Amino acid sequence: MRDVLGDRKAIVILLAPALAFYTLIKLVPILWSLGLTFFDGNVLRGYEPVGFDNFTRLVNDSVFWEATAFTLKYALVATVLQVAAGYLLAILYVFVLRKGSALLRTIVFFPVILPTVAVGVLFKRLFGIHPTPGPVNSIIEAFGGQSLDWFASGDTSFLVLILMDVWRSMGFFAVLLYAGLVDIPEEVIESARMDGAKGARLIRHIVLPLSLPVLLSAVVFAVNSTLKVFDSILAITNGGPGTETQPLTLYMYRTVFTYNEYGYGSTLALALTVIAFLVTIVIFRSARKDITADKAAR
Amino acid sequence: MTTLTQARPMAGPAGPSRPRRRPGGARRFFARLPVRLLVIVIVAVEILPMIWMLLSSFKTQNEFVTGSVWALPATWDFGNYIEAWVTGDFASNVRNSILATVPALFFLLLFGVAAGFALEVMVWKGRSTILLMFVAGIMIPGQMLLVPLFITYFNLGLTQTIWPLILTYIAMGLPLTVFMMAAYFRAIPREVFEAATIDGAGMIRSFWMIGLPMISNAILTIGLVQFFSIWNDLLVALTFVTNRDLATIQVGLLNFSGEYGAMQYGPLFAAICLNVFGTLAVFLFLSKKIMAGMASGALKG
Repeated sequence: MRDVLGDRKAIVILLAPALAFYTLIKLVPILWSLGLTFFDGNVLRGYEPVGFDNFTRLVNDSVFWEATAFTLKYALVATVLQVAAGYLLAILYVFVLRKGSALLRTIVFFPVILPTVAVGVLFKRLFGIHPTPGPVNSIIEAFGGQSLDWFASGDTSFLVLILMDVWRSMGFFAVLLYAGLVDIPEEVIESARMDGAKGARLIRHIVLPLSLPVLLSAVVFAVNSTLKVFDSILAITNGGPGTETQPLTLYMYRTVFTYNEYGYGSTLALALTVIAFLVTIVIFRSARKDITADKAAR
Repeated sequence: MTTLTQARPMAGPAGPSRPRRRPGGARRFFARLPVRLLVIVIVAVEILPMIWMLLSSFKTQNEFVTGSVWALPATWDFGNYIEAWVTGDFASNVRNSILATVPALFFLLLFGVAAGFALEVMVWKGRSTILLMFVAGIMIPGQMLLVPLFITYFNLGLTQTIWPLILTYIAMGLPLTVFMMAAYFRAIPREVFEAATIDGAGMIRSFWMIGLPMISNAILTIGLVQFFSIWNDLLVALTFVTNRDLATIQVGLLNFSGEYGAMQYGPLFAAICLNVFGTLAVFLFLSKKIMAGMASGALKG
């Protein structure tokens, strides 16, 4: 039996293709990319070793810090709003609509699977001003306001990007958190109700603490995807006006494929990876503190 | 279209099950009114942009420039769609997307399930280390891979073909697929495979005849998740295929909206509609699986 379950030939046949692809197209490039951070040059011009130059350049690069600040701001605001909207929807599904929520869940989820580029281009027109004011501007005008050129300033562009992201992904977080809320034992809710907890109090003191773990996964997931925001920005603002909505991903992409600086581009990619790791660790740490503090309080 | 049927009513002391009719229906109606309004607002926010997009896809350029943004199109002909399909090269974009997605998805699932089987069902030293190595890949952003892979594909002369997309999608999808498959195999009692062994089946045979069929549902679930992430990918497709004739739907739409669509609004909306309603068709058939799959993928990943 052990012989068969540990059949070496079978292990190799089953595992080798996946392992080969993973090693050659993921692990080796990651190591290679790390190595490239010590070089300058590109595929046509060749490479020369530059030691830590790319890292000193990174520290002194104001565009890098601007892009990092934008990325972090975007990730923070989008994560908070996505998870909050998803949580409110999930509460609506579980506690108010109950079994009748199936259709609504499906409708709200639908944008999740749409191509980001298509949604981005659509939102660009929804908020557009040319050739005639788009629907959003025409609503503003209907209420007596002035049409706004949303993409003329970084702040309003940011707002459109956030709105699009929340519109697109709140259905996903709603379903994710819904699964977590449904898992809360009925008896707990019921006994809390008997004790007189209702509405907001029930949510605040019973439901919220019990759904912290799934909220945590939602936050980690949201942060990791918003830190890598790329498609929608390329489709809506292309980083503009100027570089006001340029995230790290887009700056890295341009450094490599517009300016042909492979070494510095790899350094930017590494910076993005490190930021994603750090942010995730910080969230896990603070969340663990929260969960234990909550337990101690009870 | 019902989803996740394990939802139970969180019935308070008020009523264990809702009777069909109850006295005071009018009062009840008004008590539910805020909720109903809220639901209507949510549905409107989700659906109105798409309706507006659909209406716009039938308008002529003249209607865009002079007409109201809310006006219905004057005629309902498919001129814009034909324009997008022909001038916008949408047909070849669709072909390229299919050529990249189908093989990538097939091999991703085959390799992923086989690896999950080898790492979870079979017994050998070092398997947990290798599983961990796969899982660690989930955290790495794709940007880390762009430069080395571009250099490699460029030097191999592959940037003029669809191959870079297929290869990259397989590798990028493997961490999550292997991890999920191992988790699904863990849920199957080991006795099943031990019994097969006693009956004289080798492990390869066990994999094909027992392992694969037993998790066919899980394969469909993760397959849908991976399908959408490959189909909707922009970064990889934009980077590795420099030949415009090989642009996928997403790259095509981006180019289209940048150059052609900046002046021609009707065909642009037609192109977005083709994109959105094509996806909608898939979604309506499989919404339950897609929603369950995405949620479990996120929780475990």
